[in-house]
Amino acid sequence: MGLAGSVSFPQFFAGVAFAPPPVLGNDYAVVPAAGAHAVNPWVALAYLVAGVCFIFALRGLSSPATSRKGNRYGMAGMLIAVVTTLVTHDIASLLEIIIAIAIGGSIGFVIARKIAMTDMPQLVAGFHSLVGLAAVLVGWAAYLNPGAFDILAEGVIDPVSRAEMGLGIAIGAITFSGSVIAFLKLAGTMSGAPIMLPARHVINLATLAAIILLTLYFTVDQSVWVIAVITVLAFIIGFLLIIPIGGADMPVVVSMLNSYSGWAAAAMGFTLHNTAMIITGALVGASGAILSYIMCRAMNRSFISVIAGGFGSDGGGSGDAAAKTDRPWKRGSAEDAAFLMKEANQVIIVPGYGMAVAQAQHVLREMGDILKEAGVSVKYAIHPVAGRMPGHMNVLLAEANVPYDEVFELEDINGEFAQTDVVFIIGANDVVNPAARTDKTSPIYGMPVFDVEKAKTIFFVKRSMGGVGYAGVDNDVFYMDQTMMLLSDAKKMVEEINKALAH
Amino acid sequence: MTFIAILSIFVMACFVGYYVVWSVTPALHTPLMAVTNAISSVIIVGALIASAEAGSVVSKWLGLIAVVMASVNIFGGFAVTERMLAMYKKKERSAAPAPKDRG
Repeated sequence: MGLAGSVSFPQFFAGVAFAPPPVLGNDYAVVPAAGAHAVNPWVALAYLVAGVCFIFALRGLSSPATSRKGNRYGMAGMLIAVVTTLVTHDIASLLEIIIAIAIGGSIGFVIARKIAMTDMPQLVAGFHSLVGLAAVLVGWAAYLNPGAFDILAEGVIDPVSRAEMGLGIAIGAITFSGSVIAFLKLAGTMSGAPIMLPARHVINLATLAAIILLTLYFTVDQSVWVIAVITVLAFIIGFLLIIPIGGADMPVVVSMLNSYSGWAAAAMGFTLHNTAMIITGALVGASGAILSYIMCRAMNRSFISVIAGGFGSDGGGSGDAAAKTDRPWKRGSAEDAAFLMKEANQVIIVPGYGMAVAQAQHVLREMGDILKEAGVSVKYAIHPVAGRMPGHMNVLLAEANVPYDEVFELEDINGEFAQTDVVFIIGANDVVNPAARTDKTSPIYGMPVFDVEKAKTIFFVKRSMGGVGYAGVDNDVFYMDQTMMLLSDAKKMVEEINKALAH
Repeated sequence: MTFIAILSIFVMACFVGYYVVWSVTPALHTPLMAVTNAISSVIIVGALIASAEAGSVVSKWLGLIAVVMASVNIFGGFAVTERMLAMYKKKERSAAPAPKDRG
């Protein structure tokens, strides 16, 4: 970027053009367009205030106690940004805009009310796709009507704005098509298994390179075909990037697309010279990137290997004999669990996504309540990858009225297992597998796991002994002396335990 | 604003984002995603500019469609975040927990 507008550019829609090489420099301000002529300082200030509100919105999330106030800041910021825009632009169609907001707003509001908490990952993916598509549409609108966006310079679109526009449209389109695939996979409409194309790395890299080169070319030739090809290629690459990723890697994908939606908004902010959009874009981009990093770290996977795809395929790992062994294991009953947990000083519950699939969170919370009334200290231990997206399990437990100060993260509770009488594992598997610490050949080696085997007694709720976790590896915890397997549907088992506890 | 001025804001905002997001408690990562979804729809500003001004009919309609999409996200994102955050409760002292099972 940083191309000066001091060279004469071909006329709008002039077809293929051969402009002289642009002069490098950052004297962007010499172009008098770029919104410089009529920017009211109060308007810029209003957008800045909106941006600061968004920072406060995220800051509020540092604790559940301040989080709702943070959300209000976010709403206030959005209101400021929208009202400022409407007040300071010649509105040719206020009625249409109000109708558009009313339509979109009511759809969004109804969805937000009705959505089940287990379906949050697909909801978020769906919302990302809308941000992406909106960015594409805004980019195109700016291209077709540059005057409205103050990005005209000497009759053509300012070249720096063109680069920003090209990038914004490309990132938006990638976000859109990628999120649609992620949505379909998470909603189960499309198989979650990775779909592998031959030579996909070559295809992906070539497409990416083409997008970058075309965006550069767009700065010297603003013909419609350039931007059209960029848009189409970006839709394709978003699709290609996500289809080979599946299974356990989906939380990374959702986080990554979150990041992209931010970068798309930031690129549009550059085009429009709008601080609210730039600040927001940077915040959201950083947020998604950090969440992707946290998810990758929790699975001990590198970001590159996730993007390259293929993990969680049905073949591979689970194929090699599924680790079925004839090692002895003990079967426990609901009465055993009820008796030992009632006698315990401390019980740690390790829930996994299987618990949520069985809809056992409410009966599990009842079990916790009964135990607490009996004077047992009850804690919940949550692994970062326990749900289908970052923090998903926390929301599911919160929905079941589990107080958030009884819920602990991996690093905060891992030291406590040695002083714990009973560990109750329900719907989790890989996150308690000691092979991640000891077995260098294991596919999950290096993944941080709970040290459950240090506890005196382990109850492992599982449907049957046959199935293994996502990674398809056997778990030594099944066969330990202090382990009792509770083989049943998670919800039924907890209900039986609750009955036994009531006596 | 010069390009460098805008770039400076962007780079600084990236740093702010980095530190603010690391301070978000992991328990609230799902609401974080929902609220970032809502605020990234500030892109509605661009959509409003496109649809508000007379000039290009196509651009106006593209803008209006983008307004609808961004509005779904804004209202949906903030509402679902609010709904989730309302669920996070501290331990109640001595108060009897309401045995309400919706599962």
